[in-house]
Amino acid sequence: MDPIQLVTPSGQLHRHPDVEGEVDPQLCRDLFRTMFLARRFDNEAFSLQRNGELALWLQCHGQEAAQVGSIAALEPTDYVFPSYREHAAAMARGITPSELLVQWRGNAHSGWDPATYRFHIYTLVLAAQLLHATGYAMGVKLDGVNEVVLAYFGDGASSEGDANEAFNFAATMDAPILFFCQNNQWAISTPSSAQARTSLWERGRGFGLRTALVDGNDVLAVHAVTTQLASHVRSGSGPALIEAITYRIGGHSTSDDPSRYRSASELDEWIAKDPLDRIDKLLRAQGWADQAFFDDLVHEADDLAAETRRVCLALTAPNLVDIYDHVLVEKTAQLQQEQEHFAAYIGSFTG
Amino acid sequence: MPNLSQALNSGIRRAMEDDAKVLVMGEDVGRLGGVFRVTDGLQKDFGEARVMDTPLAESGIIGTAIGLALRGYRPICEIQFNGFVYPAFNQIVSQLAKLHARTGGKLRVPVVIRIPVGGGIGAVEHHSESNEAYFAHTAGLRVVYCATPNDAHWMIRQAVACDDPVIFYEPMRRYWIKGDVATDADESEVLPLESARIVRPGKDLTLLSWGGSVGTCLASARAAEDEGRSIEVIDLRSLAPLDMSCIVESVSRTHRAVVVHEAPVIAGMGAEIAAAITEQCFYDLEAPVIRVGGLNMPYPPAKVEQQYLPDLDRVLDATDRSFAW
Repeated sequence: MDPIQLVTPSGQLHRHPDVEGEVDPQLCRDLFRTMFLARRFDNEAFSLQRNGELALWLQCHGQEAAQVGSIAALEPTDYVFPSYREHAAAMARGITPSELLVQWRGNAHSGWDPATYRFHIYTLVLAAQLLHATGYAMGVKLDGVNEVVLAYFGDGASSEGDANEAFNFAATMDAPILFFCQNNQWAISTPSSAQARTSLWERGRGFGLRTALVDGNDVLAVHAVTTQLASHVRSGSGPALIEAITYRIGGHSTSDDPSRYRSASELDEWIAKDPLDRIDKLLRAQGWADQAFFDDLVHEADDLAAETRRVCLALTAPNLVDIYDHVLVEKTAQLQQEQEHFAAYIGSFTG
Repeated sequence: MPNLSQALNSGIRRAMEDDAKVLVMGEDVGRLGGVFRVTDGLQKDFGEARVMDTPLAESGIIGTAIGLALRGYRPICEIQFNGFVYPAFNQIVSQLAKLHARTGGKLRVPVVIRIPVGGGIGAVEHHSESNEAYFAHTAGLRVVYCATPNDAHWMIRQAVACDDPVIFYEPMRRYWIKGDVATDADESEVLPLESARIVRPGKDLTLLSWGGSVGTCLASARAAEDEGRSIEVIDLRSLAPLDMSCIVESVSRTHRAVVVHEAPVIAGMGAEIAAAITEQCFYDLEAPVIRVGGLNMPYPPAKVEQQYLPDLDRVLDATDRSFAW
């Protein structure tokens, strides 16, 4: 099966037998804008790390279409479980630069209140969130409401036991969950060809999931396919899995050196399939956006970048002693005593 | 008079009646009612949606329970046997224990994990583990351990009502022990989940224990009485947190302490208790805190497990050594 695609890398629109309807120019502009801003934020965060203002950054550069196209296809009440690279999806839900940066600056282990955005915190242990998402979806089913749970994961995580247990639980429990794999071809230095013998979407089928394969760098195709499968899941027809083929343009993280394991020519091949470029070309070719649209967007991105730098530098370190307050919901006498003793100990050093 | 398994059953039933969000999930808990019948009859009365037979996957059970809790439910998970909790270790230690702190208190994960624990039932390998130390060592978890039907009934209700994740140990060799259960007691008068209980007052030495070893300690105390020794026995009930105020009050009064548990002595909970007592009661101690526990080997085959488990002779031997100081 070939990945479903509606827009070629050179920006040409074509139809696909599995996708009905016309492309909405407004949707196209909105998706492009979100991807453009996400990329700018991502680049800014990378620069901040290189300038010593972040301890670590994991770029989503190259994966904007897979994230923005999918999350835009959901209802606002649909709950999302990311892994740890979904900054573009997070921004689409309204999560702020400050909230996205705080854990990478080393000030906290999470950035935002999931309830505010219906977007779970980042889970750093690979695939663990897939079980959480599946359980959450089981809860949605018990509640008897028509919500979809979207769970992001990568090709590397698909090898974890938890991923496969999640697929199995979702299918046997008929949970209203849409698994979304961003196959970005690399798990640090391990190519996706070494993770599994069969493709992800085929594996999903084996578990009893409805599956689809999409060009993850085509935001319109991602949006259309996610809309279809979310509708399938929402109707109570069972869980589904989308495999989106994309590419991790940057390293795994700012501590990684991808030149040690992949070729410059492969990188160039994928840069040529950039998700933003093809929509830029499409918008211009179709006359769906004028130059003012692109100029305004650049200014908006400049403002976002400046804001990102400002909020990053304004982040303050937490008080270690305060962490005792949230080890348990009901603080024990032991925690209280230890907190008081440690605070007194720290206090004995001042002055 | 119910046995411990039945007392748990009635406690879970009450919890489910009191709160529609309480669920039961695990392997064979529904149609079979659990391999120890602890969940017998619950699926018939509450339905398959609330009493779920899950696929055979421990990490999956705990991971999905976390998700259900995030959605507002209060799942009671069953790990079928102690040795099978290990596949779920990552979900318990990396996720369940840490989500509340990770989010600065924004997320609550009120999951109860019931684990049949300990030896003395002639079981095959992996069915007689005592792994409480791993979880007591993990900040963010409560670890409790019942020994009597009344405690089992009330502690499971309290564990379900608690907003923290709770590892709930049930000593398998006590499942069939009968005892009165005060099902209609005033909840505010029931001993708190965090509290230890002095089950036999004494003056000369304090035996500290939990689960299946409490009975052994009581038998040892009765035997010691014949030799003129007055031994106090405390059922700790809660291992995380430890009820240090009860322990310190007792040991500072009796001046001698022996900790008895099935788990191996090395790096077991006895070590934490001994260290804490030594720090807090040093000048009241007439002897070092002595530990009696499992041997430093993987749990042995059933034919020799009675030599492995702390028995009356091993406990009295330890009390004798304490008195000899």
